Amino acid sequence: MSRYVSYRDFDWLLIIFVLMICTIGVFEIQSATVHTKFAGAHIKQMYWILGGLIGMFLVSLLNYQALLEQVHWMYIAAIGSLMSVMIFGQKYLGARRWIKMPGGQHFQPSEWVKLILILAVAKYFADMHHRELSWSDFIKAGAIVGIPMLMVLAQPDLGTALTYMPIALMGLFLGGVRLKQALIVLLIAGSVMPLAWHKLKPYQKDRLISFMEPEADKQGSGYQVIQSKIAVGSGGIWGGTGTQTHLSYLPVPQTDFIFAAFSEEHGFVGALGVLLLYFIVLMRLTQNAQTAPDRAGTFVVMGVVAVLSFHILVNVGMVVGFMPVTGIPLPLMSYGGSSVLFMFLALGMVMNVRMRRFVN
Amino acid sequence: MFGRDEKVSSIRLTAVQYIILIIFMILAYGLWRLQVMQSDFYAQLAEKNRIRNVPILAPRGKILDRQGRVIVDNYPSFSALLLRDSTRDLNADAEIIAQGLHLEPKEVRDRIRKFTSMPQYQPIFLKDDITPDELAFIEAHKNELPELDTIMAHRRLYPRNGFMAHLVGYVGEVTETMLNQPQFEFYNPGDVVGVSGVEKQYNQILMGQNGSRRALVDSRGKEMGRLDETPAVPGKQLKLTLDIDLQIAAEEVMEGKNGAVLAMNPRNGEILAMVSRPTFDPNDFAVRVSRDEWNKLVNDPDKPLLNKAIQAQLAPGSTFKILMSVAGWQENIAQTLNVHCSGGATFYGRRFGCWVKGGHGPVDFTKAIYQSCDVFFYTLAEKLGIDRIAKYATALGLGQKTGIDLPNEVSGVMPSEEWKIRNFKQKWFAGETISVGIGQGAIATTPVQLMRAISAISMDGRMVVPHVVNPTELPSGVVDVQRYTEVKTIPIDSTGYTTITDAMARVLLPEGTAPSAHIPGIDIAGKTGSAQIVSLALRAKHENDDNFAQNGWFVGFTPRRNPEIIVCVLFEGGEHGKLAARLATQVIKAYVDKQNRQPTKMAKDAGKVDVGALWATPDEDGKANNGIGAGHFVVEASEKKPPLAAAAPGLQ
Repeated sequence: MSRYVSYRDFDWLLIIFVLMICTIGVFEIQSATVHTKFAGAHIKQMYWILGGLIGMFLVSLLNYQALLEQVHWMYIAAIGSLMSVMIFGQKYLGARRWIKMPGGQHFQPSEWVKLILILAVAKYFADMHHRELSWSDFIKAGAIVGIPMLMVLAQPDLGTALTYMPIALMGLFLGGVRLKQALIVLLIAGSVMPLAWHKLKPYQKDRLISFMEPEADKQGSGYQVIQSKIAVGSGGIWGGTGTQTHLSYLPVPQTDFIFAAFSEEHGFVGALGVLLLYFIVLMRLTQNAQTAPDRAGTFVVMGVVAVLSFHILVNVGMVVGFMPVTGIPLPLMSYGGSSVLFMFLALGMVMNVRMRRFVN
Repeated sequence: MFGRDEKVSSIRLTAVQYIILIIFMILAYGLWRLQVMQSDFYAQLAEKNRIRNVPILAPRGKILDRQGRVIVDNYPSFSALLLRDSTRDLNADAEIIAQGLHLEPKEVRDRIRKFTSMPQYQPIFLKDDITPDELAFIEAHKNELPELDTIMAHRRLYPRNGFMAHLVGYVGEVTETMLNQPQFEFYNPGDVVGVSGVEKQYNQILMGQNGSRRALVDSRGKEMGRLDETPAVPGKQLKLTLDIDLQIAAEEVMEGKNGAVLAMNPRNGEILAMVSRPTFDPNDFAVRVSRDEWNKLVNDPDKPLLNKAIQAQLAPGSTFKILMSVAGWQENIAQTLNVHCSGGATFYGRRFGCWVKGGHGPVDFTKAIYQSCDVFFYTLAEKLGIDRIAKYATALGLGQKTGIDLPNEVSGVMPSEEWKIRNFKQKWFAGETISVGIGQGAIATTPVQLMRAISAISMDGRMVVPHVVNPTELPSGVVDVQRYTEVKTIPIDSTGYTTITDAMARVLLPEGTAPSAHIPGIDIAGKTGSAQIVSLALRAKHENDDNFAQNGWFVGFTPRRNPEIIVCVLFEGGEHGKLAARLATQVIKAYVDKQNRQPTKMAKDAGKVDVGALWATPDEDGKANNGIGAGHFVVEASEKKPPLAAAAPGLQ
């Protein structure tokens, strides 16, 4: 059956807002790295964005429903790639996350696995035949997400593993989880907490402790939190001179703490503006979910919404001191190829769904 | 039927939207709290909370001689820094800064401009080696110009006039190419490392580890308090096997000449002196060397930067006859060989001349050595053939590096049939063997190689590894001690050993080739060599051109068996081996003299000593020496150390 797909249906409004955020990101990266050895990072970021845009267009050409048919293979491939990281992965900074590609680039499978997970969860819930979840559905859904999550956790990469959770949560919520089920699971999780605490690595424990009490360890893990708050706070309402960023008191300003760097320079007004942009993007995405032609489409788009919201919550939360320090980047703004590419491919999926909303 | 097209519950979708809204409002509240409510508090923290990191440079280890006398030391030198981590307008202050530091204001501004792409917490080096008044200027203006600071660096002080320059080497800033190599993984740009000689070879030991001092500064750059300090770990000092006294003698002997001198203890391989000429002054490199000066050194045809002791590959000339002798004896040919030398001989249709035009007359094995008869050794070479010669020469270390603990040693060339095929894809012609017999032709050795080979022969086949540092003096685990103390044994027939060494002893007697080098009272055995670098015919045409003059070689040791010291001299352009011999025996004499100097016996802790004395005095009439005076004294015998040998020039 041929389907008529027109680029008029492309969500130009969405792309405009997304590119606005990206542009702000590029400018901020440039400003934050101008005096450091990372100077020129903003150029690389532009290349990533360009590549991402191309990827987005390409992905939107595919028929997402056909993709979903093949999702079983893709899921196997995802597990396979995570397994090859566990076996062949290069250790860097104490974690095995990357595989070295011929050509010298590093490939981080945990990012594209996220993409596949969104599709897998969407397909699972789309194919469900009940309005409400049974326990076996619940557990199966948990396993679909849980297995890759545990594999990533073993790398060890707690931050990225946690980003898989919102996909599951969103799927479960929209898929019809019952209040009783949710409460029971929360109770179990709560009692398992102390055990999980012991399993945490020392630096992860440090991060949580310093999150609670940053002053206790001024020069160690608490350092980043304090510096971030100082940077953000000194921005005032309209922005400041960005001394904390430029004098390198703010660590990794071009990646994890880019929002802090931006807030320092553009103050409350600027920061709130960027938050508004993100909010508009999320609302637009949700609208696309509501106009999706089928359940699967809705789940796909909402999966993307879940991941995006989670990233923003954790990253900006960390920057203002509400959340412990994790290595989670701010999508579209933080410098980093895998994050940018993932976002654009995910947006490609959203485009995909939107463009076919009149087709059946 | 609940199917795929059944929409997701719109209630739940709306719920998600509201959850997202709530999240964003919480985040906005977080921003509000920091940026609006507590803005002043954080702005203040931003002002106060600055940490400045200043490196504390580690001094490099001293280099000492075998008796612990200092050869290379450091001197403290101050550099002026410009700190850029404050909010001050540096360009405005450039005038005053330039005045105080005796620079041009334009220079200062240029430097500031050049550094804009570097991180702001990295200071700019304005001036090295500042004078005390410039130092005072900076200290006095700490309030008005808080961006100025000083850092103490240690500069290397080398002996002047190039004394021991090649052996000791010099230091320089680590280059980008070096940083990319795995062994320099832990080094940072700006680190000073050894670039040549001992400084390079033992850099790991000599180089210390920089510390750092952290201080709290305010936004104007004024220091508010000290945070902590990691002290620098100074480099460890290095004790060489070299003897400064012998080194002085060797350097004096080569004054105004080109070439190399080496002195070694044949029993353990410890190098006692090493000279290469011409030389250069490494102190010039300690501050930045100008491009012109560098080019001058690199392009000088006499190659002052080359350590000729280990890097000059030249034909050994007649000194090679000693190795030939060992080969000939072990193969049972030389001991019974007798030739009649008439000034030359013909081999394979070509005439090969002897250096004595009229010929030596009848020559046996011993006479061939002390008279250095070419015809004998041509004959011996023909009988042995190149591969047998190569076998013994290679066993004695020719054509290979000695493994001395200095960088960039070269291996020289010991030809053989296999060597010719491998390198030239041609067969070895028997005629080429003849010249090899007298140490000419395709053969090329370094002075250290030649010295080691003959040292092995002098020690009845016991071949050591030459080294300039005693491995037992180093901290354990740094070097492979086995590499330094490894001894190879070359089998030499005992009668051959005594015959050869006795013949070598006659070289310095009236019947030998270097009688003028003889030192009364010292039993020196050796061999002279005069190596051509161009053909004799060409040489005759350019008789007065120094570029074509022959190299004089001499290797000698004392005593003739189980010697204590061996000296090798390469006298470039010296023409005759006997001139090299005279230089070498001077060095040997210096060694023997030093050995003979007994330390004076001093009274130890005698406390008070009774001394009685009688002396002549003038008598009452004034006539000298007619009277006698006498006295009884009590003297405190104090400890007085025996005077040390003369210090190296350049050490004050």
